[in-house]
Amino acid sequence: MAIVKVERPKLSAGEKIYFGAILKGMVITLRHAFRSLAGKSTGAETLKSSGIGVTMQYPEQKWDDQMPEYYRGAPALVTDEQDRERCVSCQLCEFICPPKAIKITPGEIPSDDEWAKVEKRPKEFEIDMIRCIYCGMCEEVCPEQAIYLRPDYAITGTNRSEMVHDKKRLYEIGGKRVGLVNKWNELK
Amino acid sequence: MDLDLPFLIASLIKIGVFIGITMTFVSVCVIFERRFSAIIQDRVGPNRTMIPLSILGFKKDLALPIGGLTQPVADGLKFILKEDFTPSYVRKFFFWLAPALVVVPALLTMAVIPFGSPMEIGSEYIPLAVADLNVGPLFIFAIASLAVYGITLAGWASNSKYPFFGGVRSCAQMISYEIALGLSIIPVLMFFGGLNLGQIVDDQVANGWLLLPLWNEGGLIVTPGYWADPGEAIQRLLLLVPIVISFVIFTTSIFAETNRMPFDLPECETELVGGYHTEYSSMKFALFFMGEYAAMVVGSALIVTLFLGGWSIGFGIDQLLPTGAWWVSLLHLGVFLGKVTFFILFFILVRWTVPRFRYDQLMNLGWIVFFEAALINVFLAALVMAYPSLGLIGVLVGFALLLTVTILLIKIAKGATGKPSVTAV
Ligand code: SF4
Ligand code: SF4
Repeated sequence: MAIVKVERPKLSAGEKIYFGAILKGMVITLRHAFRSLAGKSTGAETLKSSGIGVTMQYPEQKWDDQMPEYYRGAPALVTDEQDRERCVSCQLCEFICPPKAIKITPGEIPSDDEWAKVEKRPKEFEIDMIRCIYCGMCEEVCPEQAIYLRPDYAITGTNRSEMVHDKKRLYEIGGKRVGLVNKWNELK
Repeated sequence: MDLDLPFLIASLIKIGVFIGITMTFVSVCVIFERRFSAIIQDRVGPNRTMIPLSILGFKKDLALPIGGLTQPVADGLKFILKEDFTPSYVRKFFFWLAPALVVVPALLTMAVIPFGSPMEIGSEYIPLAVADLNVGPLFIFAIASLAVYGITLAGWASNSKYPFFGGVRSCAQMISYEIALGLSIIPVLMFFGGLNLGQIVDDQVANGWLLLPLWNEGGLIVTPGYWADPGEAIQRLLLLVPIVISFVIFTTSIFAETNRMPFDLPECETELVGGYHTEYSSMKFALFFMGEYAAMVVGSALIVTLFLGGWSIGFGIDQLLPTGAWWVSLLHLGVFLGKVTFFILFFILVRWTVPRFRYDQLMNLGWIVFFEAALINVFLAALVMAYPSLGLIGVLVGFALLLTVTILLIKIAKGATGKPSVTAV
C-alpha cells in the first residue's frame, strides 16, 4: 500500500495567534446556549424537547406514543380470547430464565372446571423484577405462547416485595392475546 | 497602642459580609457551572431540586419554581453526608492540611478587593474593603500563590502515583503562570502609579475604565471637554494597545492560576485517574472545588477591579451620585457583583469552548509566549507613557529598538519550541 505522508497544515499568522479561533468558538457555544434557551436547538423538534435544549423531561413527558409495539419491557402472562390462562405451568421459563427471576407453583385444574382438559395451570406465578434482565428467553421458550415481553418499562417500587409481580399483576400487564397458535381452542 | 473599637467592629462586620458574599458566589458558580454548561450543550441541567420536607415527616416536598436554585445546597449536603474516607497509607497531617491550604488563600485574598464605594457612617468614610492596603495586587499574588502548596501537598501526601503527578503538574503550571501574571500588570500599575486597589478604582471612576477610556474629568469622549488636552487624550487612547495585551495575558494567566479549563492539567480523568484529589472523599474533596471556585471569584474580582473599573458604573454617572450615601454604596456593590458574575459566566463559556492544552504546549505558552510578551509589553507601555519627556524622536528610536528586540526574541523562541534533537536523548 502506498504510504501517504500527511503534512501538518501550514497556518497563517492570524491562525497562529489563535484568538480568532477562540472567538469563533465562543460564538458557536453562545449560539448553542441561546438556541437551547429558545428551544430551537438542532433536533429539538424530532426529539420532542421540553423547550430547553433537546432534552425531554421524563416523568412529565414520555416517549410512549413513539414506542414500537414490539418493545420488550416487562414480561407478563396473557390469556387467550376465551379468557383462559394460556400458561400450563410447564416451568420451562422458570428453567431457562438466566437470572432465575421466575418462580412457579404449578397447580392442577379440577375436573369440574371448564378447562379441565388442559390439566395444569399455575397456582402462583411470580417474576422478580429486580432480577429480571428483560432478555426475552421466557417468551422464546414458552410452548404455549403464554408469556410475552410487554412495552411497560417503568417498573418501580419502594421495597423489594413490591417489585415481585404476582400472577394477578402479570395478567393485568399482559392482558389478552388473540389469534396465535391456539391448540385447545374448541370449547367443551 | 489603644484599641480602635469602631474600626474593629466595622472590620469584623465586613469580614463576615464579604466571606458571605464570596461563599454565595461560590454557590452561584456551582449553579452556573451546571446550568449554563447544560444549555451550552443543549441540555436542561439540574432544574428540580426541592426542599425535602418529606424526610421531616411532612406529606409533600416543597417544590418551589426556582429552576433548581437549591442545587448547590443539595450538592453541599451530599458532600457533608458522604463517608469521609482516609486511606491508611497517606501522610495524615498533610493530607488533612492540604484542602484547607487551597481554600484559605482564596478567601484571604478577598480582603483587599474593594467591593463598593466608601460608605459614610457617622462622620467617617468606611471603605468597602476589609483591608485597604497600599500593596493590594502584591498581597493578592503573595497569598494566592500559597494555594499551590495545597494542591502540591495534596498530591504528595496522598502517597500514590497519580495524585503525585497531578500535584507536580499544578506546581509547575502555577509557578510558570505566576510570572506572566505579575509581569502583565506592571503596565497597569505604571499607569495608575500606585498599588492601592481602592485608589485604582477611584482613578477609573474619574478617568474612565482602564479598558474603556470613554470619559475623563472633562466629560464623555464625544464632548469637547474630553479633548481639552488633545495630546494627553491621544496618549491615553494609544495606551490601550499595551493595556489590551496586558488584559489578555492577565486573564489567561488567571485561568491557569485557578486550574480552569483549558489549563486544568492537574485534574485529568484519563491520564491521572482524577488528579491531585484522587484519594480524597466527602467534604475534603469538596473543599478543593470550593477553593477553585473561590479563586475564580477572586480572579474575576481582580480583573474587574484592575481593568473594568471595579464598582464604578462608569460613563460619568458615578459623579452624579452623592458620595457616601449607603444606597450608593450598595448600588456600587451590586454593579461590582454584576461584573463579577459576567466574568464567571465568561470563565464557564471558555471552559466549554477551548480544548485543553497538551502539557508542553502549556509550558511553551507560559514561558515562551506570555513571559516575553509581558516583558515587551512593559517597555511598550513605558514608551507610550514617556512620550512627553522623550519627545517624538526618542520614542521612535525606542520603538525601533523594541521592535528589533522583539524580532530577535521571536527568532529565539522559535528555536526553543522546535523539536528536541534525537541525539540529545
Ligand atoms: S425476560 Fe429473561 S430474565 Fe426476565 S423473566 Fe423472562 S427469562 Fe427471566
Ligand atoms: S413456559 Fe410458558 S407455559 Fe411453561 S410455565 Fe412458562 S409461561 Fe407457563
